[in-house]
Amino acid sequence: MPKLIKNGELIQDNWTVLREATGPDILTAVPGKNFIVPLKFWKMYQDKLEDYFGDIAIWLDSDENVNDIGSDLRQFTLIALNFPVFSDGRSYTNARELRQHLNYEGEIRAIGDVLRDQMFYMARCGFDSFEIRHDQDPDVCLTAFNDFQTGYQSAIDEPNPLFRRR
Amino acid sequence: MYQYDDYDHQMLADRVAQFRDQTDRYLNGKISDAEFLPLRLQNGLYIQRLAPMLRIAIPYGLLSSRQVRKLAFIARHYDKGYGHFTTRQNIQFNWLELQDVPDILAHLAEVEMHAIQTSGNCIRNTTTDQFAGVAVDELEDSRAYCEIIRQWSTFHPEFAYLPRKFKIAVCGTKDDQAATQLHDIGVYLAKNQAEEVGFRVLAGGGLGRTPVIGQEVFEFVEKKHLLTALEAILRVYNRHGRRDNKYKARIKILVKETGIVEFRDQVHAEWERIKDGPQTLSEEEMERCKSFFVDPSYLDIEDNPNELVKALDANILFNSWHKQNVSPHKNSGYAIVTICLKETGIAPGDVTNTQLDYIADLADEFSFSEVRVTHHQNLVFADVEQSNLYRFWQKLKDKSLASMNLGLLTDMICCPGGDFCALANAKSIPIAESIQREFENIEELEELGELRINISGCMNACGHHHVGNIGILGVDKKGEEFYQVSLGGSSRNEASLGKIIGPSFAQEEIPVVLRKIVAVYREKKEADESFLETYKRVGIDPFKEKVYAKAD
Repeated sequence: MPKLIKNGELIQDNWTVLREATGPDILTAVPGKNFIVPLKFWKMYQDKLEDYFGDIAIWLDSDENVNDIGSDLRQFTLIALNFPVFSDGRSYTNARELRQHLNYEGEIRAIGDVLRDQMFYMARCGFDSFEIRHDQDPDVCLTAFNDFQTGYQSAIDEPNPLFRRR
Repeated sequence: MYQYDDYDHQMLADRVAQFRDQTDRYLNGKISDAEFLPLRLQNGLYIQRLAPMLRIAIPYGLLSSRQVRKLAFIARHYDKGYGHFTTRQNIQFNWLELQDVPDILAHLAEVEMHAIQTSGNCIRNTTTDQFAGVAVDELEDSRAYCEIIRQWSTFHPEFAYLPRKFKIAVCGTKDDQAATQLHDIGVYLAKNQAEEVGFRVLAGGGLGRTPVIGQEVFEFVEKKHLLTALEAILRVYNRHGRRDNKYKARIKILVKETGIVEFRDQVHAEWERIKDGPQTLSEEEMERCKSFFVDPSYLDIEDNPNELVKALDANILFNSWHKQNVSPHKNSGYAIVTICLKETGIAPGDVTNTQLDYIADLADEFSFSEVRVTHHQNLVFADVEQSNLYRFWQKLKDKSLASMNLGLLTDMICCPGGDFCALANAKSIPIAESIQREFENIEELEELGELRINISGCMNACGHHHVGNIGILGVDKKGEEFYQVSLGGSSRNEASLGKIIGPSFAQEEIPVVLRKIVAVYREKKEADESFLETYKRVGIDPFKEKVYAKAD
C-alpha cells in the first residue's frame, strides 16, 4: 500500500493511481475501487467512466495546466498533481492555481517523487494530501509541516503576507 | 540598515534547525546525494574541487561592522583565514567542513546573516548599486525595496524549484553600477509622466553561455504593485521555462523563444489577476522598510575642508588615490570611498580575517559602522567625512588596502576559476595576476583611464567576461587551457555585449595581447575618449589587425 499523509495524519488510502491506461476496461481488470486517472484518459473516456461503480478522480502531470480541466472541475472530490521528479516545481503553481483562481476546495494530492523536504512548501501552496515515495519514513515526513512557524509571503495556507500581520 | 524583529529571527532559527536536521539525515545515509543537492545549494553550500564552499548572502551589499567581525571569525575558525567577495554582493568561504556548516549558519544568524538561496534554482540574493542612499544622482534609495524583495523571495514556497537560478537587481541611481540589465529581472526606480516614482521592470537579461540584455516587461509599475509584478513574471517562468535542457532553462531563453510581445502579454494577463490581491504593498510596509534606511546623523559641514585641500597638495600618492577611489556624496562635507581589493598577487575580491577585522574597526571609526560590497568585488565606505580622508587613507595603507587602481585596467572582475571551481575549464586568478604584473605602473594605468577587464574560467561567466570592456574567457582545447578575448562589453546604462576578437591565446600570450590592444587604443584615441568610446567609434578591426599581425 502506498503511504498517504492527509491533513497532517498518516491514513489508509482508498484511492489507486492509474499511471498508464490504454482504455476504460482496465478499471475492472485492475484491483481497486476508486481510481485517480490521467486527465487525458478522463477526457477521452468520460462517457464510459460515468457508469463506473467506484469513484473517479484525475491527476495531472507537471507539464499540464489545471485550467484545462474545464467546467467539470467541481465534480471531482480529489485532484492529484504529479511530481515526475522532486525538483520539478511546476505542480506548486498548479496547486496554487487550483486554490487561488479556480477556487477548488476539494483534496489536492501530491503524487510521484514526493519527499519529506519539499512537503512544507507543498502544503503552503495548497496541497493537503501527500502520497509519499515508498522509501520515505512517514514519521519523519509528518514533522515537515513544522519546519517553519510562518512565512513571509502570501500563500494558500496564509493569504496575508507577514507585513499585514506584523 | 534593516533590523530583524522576532519574526525574522524565528525564520532564521527555523532555517538553521531545518538544515541541521537535513545535514544529519544526509550524513546518516537517509538522504541521497541527488536529493541533498538542492537542499544544500539553497543554503549556499557547494561541493568544490578541494572542499565544500559556502556562499553567504550580503543582502544588497550592506554589512554592519558587527557582521564584518563575524565573517572574520568564520574565516579564522572554520576556513584557512580568508574569504572571497563575489560579483553578486556575496562572500564565499572555500575551505570548510560539511559538518561545521550548521554551526556556521547559527553563528551567522546571531548577526542577522544567512546563506539562504545563495545558490540553487531559486530566487537569489537581491543586489543593488553600492552607492544607494548616498549617490548624488539618485531618484530614490533602492534599499527599502531590496529588503521588501528579500522578504518576499525568502522561502517562497512556489518558486523554490524553478527551471534554473533567478537573479534580481534593483537600481535607483542614474549611473547604474549594479549591472541591472544583465539580471533575470532588472528593476529601475523610474518616474511616469505624472512625475510619480515607481518601477520600470525588465526581464530576460543574463550572462552565462547565452548573454542577453533584459527587455522591458513593465514600462511603469506603481510602487504598491512591485511584488505582484515580480510574482507574475516568476509564475509564467515557473510554468513555461524549459526544463529539458539545463543550458536553455534561464528566463532569457523563455523570453527569446516566446517573443517579448507574447511573453509580456502572458505576464500582464497573470498580473491582472493578482495585482490588487493581498501581496499588494501597503503604505505602512513601505514606510516601515524605508525607516531602516534613513540618513545617519550627518554633521553640518562644508565641502573641501582645509585639512583635505592641504593633504591633496602635499601628498601626491594620496592625491592619486583620492582622484581614483573617492566619489562625491549627496551631503556636503562627506565622501564615498571605495576600497579596491585588487592588490597584485592576491586573488581579486579576497580578504583575510585580519583585514576584515580592520575594516570593521575603520567602519566604526569613519563611516557610521557600515560597509558595502560592490558588484566589482570591492568595498565601499559610504559616509566618510572629507576632513578625515587623509587619516583614513593612511590607515588603509597600513593594511595594504589603499590600492589606487579602482576602475582602472587592473581593477578586474575575476571568478575563482580552475584553482577552486569544479566547473572551470581554465584558471583565471593567475591570468589576472599576469595582467597586474604587466601593468604595474600606476601612472600608465591612470593615463589609460577607465578600462574594465573581466575574466571567467568557463562559459558560465561568473567573471562577467561578456560585459568587460575587455573580456577574457578560459576555454579548454584538447585538455589545454586557452583564453578567448572579446572587446566592447559594458554592464552600465548603455549595456553591451563584447565581440570575440579571434582565435584564442595561450596563457603566457595574454599580457602581450593586452599590450597590443592598449597600443591600438592609444593610437586611435581622440581627445579624452575612454577605451570603450574609442572602441565603439573605430570597431574591432584595428584591434584584430594589430593583435594577429605577423611579426616582422
